[in-house]
Amino acid sequence: MTALTIIRTALASLGANKLRAGLTLLGIVIGVAAVISLMAIGRGVQQTITERIQSLGTNLLFIRPGETSTRGVGGGQGSAATLTIDDAYALQGSPFAPSVAAVAPELSTSAQLVAGRKNTSTTVVGVTPEYQFVRNFPVESGQFIGPGHVESNAMVAVLGSTVAEDLYGFRSPIGQNVRINGRQFEVIGVLEFKGGSRFFSFDDRVMIPITTAYYRLSSQRTAQGSISVQTINVQMQDVGVINTAMGEVATVLRLRHRITGDDDFTVTNQQETIEALQEATNSFVFFLGAIAGISLLVGGIGIMNIMLVSVTERTREIGIRKAMGAKRRDIMLQFVSEATLLSLGGGGVGVFLGWLLTVFLNGRSVIGSNLSQTAFNADIAILALAVSAGIGLFFGIYPAMRAARLHPIEALRYE
Amino acid sequence: MSDRSRAHERNSMIELENVTKIYQMGNLKVAALNGVNLSIGEGEIVAIMGRSGSGKSTMMNVIGCLDVPTSGQYILEGEDVGQLSDDRLAVVRNRKVGFVFQTYNLLARSTALANVELPLLYGNGKDHRRRSMEALDRVGLAGRAGHRPAELSGGEQQRVGIARALVKEPTILLADEPTGNLDSRSSEEIMGILQALNREEGITVIIVTHEPDIAGHTNRVVSMRDGQVIDDKAVANPRQAVVQGIER
Repeated sequence: MTALTIIRTALASLGANKLRAGLTLLGIVIGVAAVISLMAIGRGVQQTITERIQSLGTNLLFIRPGETSTRGVGGGQGSAATLTIDDAYALQGSPFAPSVAAVAPELSTSAQLVAGRKNTSTTVVGVTPEYQFVRNFPVESGQFIGPGHVESNAMVAVLGSTVAEDLYGFRSPIGQNVRINGRQFEVIGVLEFKGGSRFFSFDDRVMIPITTAYYRLSSQRTAQGSISVQTINVQMQDVGVINTAMGEVATVLRLRHRITGDDDFTVTNQQETIEALQEATNSFVFFLGAIAGISLLVGGIGIMNIMLVSVTERTREIGIRKAMGAKRRDIMLQFVSEATLLSLGGGGVGVFLGWLLTVFLNGRSVIGSNLSQTAFNADIAILALAVSAGIGLFFGIYPAMRAARLHPIEALRYE
Repeated sequence: MSDRSRAHERNSMIELENVTKIYQMGNLKVAALNGVNLSIGEGEIVAIMGRSGSGKSTMMNVIGCLDVPTSGQYILEGEDVGQLSDDRLAVVRNRKVGFVFQTYNLLARSTALANVELPLLYGNGKDHRRRSMEALDRVGLAGRAGHRPAELSGGEQQRVGIARALVKEPTILLADEPTGNLDSRSSEEIMGILQALNREEGITVIIVTHEPDIAGHTNRVVSMRDGQVIDDKAVANPRQAVVQGIER
């Protein structure tokens, strides 16, 4: 039998029972469409997160304090108060660290904000003026924290756009008073909108001078009496010097901390952060794909089921074909090709439907998480098609073998 | 010289030697064929008679290469086909044997033409359409090529069945109760076609029947009982079917 005859025969058989073929097809269509759209959502989220982080600048290093240990129980990375604002100033312009362009220490805490009858809980970040440029936070209106504010422990705050909207609506907050953990601050600026998801927002925060954060809001004190910080953001001269810069920063800090053994700080870079996040989101994408894959599997079982029914129903036809000289292989091919056509057809429709869904979901908000984009990938589409064809083959082979093994006389006698 | 001995003089086409066929029914062994010896020559037209359970259908299945004997030898055109594999048997069926069934066994969803085409799908030949149309024309149904079996009368369906058996130009035509479901007029038509094929094209025709009237249309009647040939005699004066009204 030629390939064309086989396909024509298979199509004719499927066409004889259109509703059944259609319903079986639907199982695969749903499975493939689910795989494609869920993977597109997952990849879209991944891409969004990566781009957001990259938009903060890839030429950043983050220095965090080491771990505290109380009777052998680790307090977690960054729990020790070993980094101070003086460490940050020492890195700035140090002859030992020529790759460092700018340094911005920060000290954040969560706090309750009250303005009039409105209130909100958010992250309050103590910063220095350099923070604005190192972490790229342009001001929408008013001004950022200045050197004078840091020097004088000024009670001033710059609001993120979400916080400003929550507390003041569409009124301008500049010059208004806001109470942060019961202390009165004056709003001097509002940050530009940066975007982000509900779980990961750069707009839901307030910035105040780092000295104010330390002396007025924080209870931490260092042994040296200097201001301790949680993170020192270091901007490098260039992304290319990343390893040199990390070495320089570590050397300066070791000298200052008189370290001979283990470091009491860690230096990470933006790339590592992106990689770690990608690893986390990869498993999220894989999880979504796996859920969708289950429905594809169920669709495959549907094909097997219908093929088994079909073999039983068409026992007599198989007998006739065998009497006319059909070999095992001919019968086998006939049923396998029917199953594969079903699943491949379903796969094709599913890819199209998945693509439609992807386009539809693009830029829409799903369960509170704003999908600024979905990523339809040709590789996923091709993979889904190949997998659905494989499913047809796999689940079609057993029924086809049953058909091929039938004895012609018994098959002819079958009522 | 009798008809029968003349038949033996001709090239022997089918040669069954001490053929047995034993079916296992649970714990019970049933011998459907119990040492059958039979020789059928090229160009004969033979009726096989017997009550149900006499083993005539089993013998047809063996002759038609649908089944293999448990023991004994079956030589078809000089080739021992008794021990061939399933797929080799399928090739023999496709090339040498045409089947006509009591219940026609046409594919209900396919047109008459597609039904006739079926054996060609499993061979190597070309020109499927043309050869199928020729076969339909030979049974006088060229005008019904596009009809499905349900749109045809019983006699017409059986003629489609004969066209399908003919399309590969077989050397043997096996008909299992070909007129069992037909009225007498259609039966006469079918017998006329089978006789014509035997007479004009020299095809060996074997008909299983329990109607003496049908057997009377053949040259030789083989009677069976309990899985054995009990009688084998020539028909003195074979009746020629009166064929009328088959539109060509």
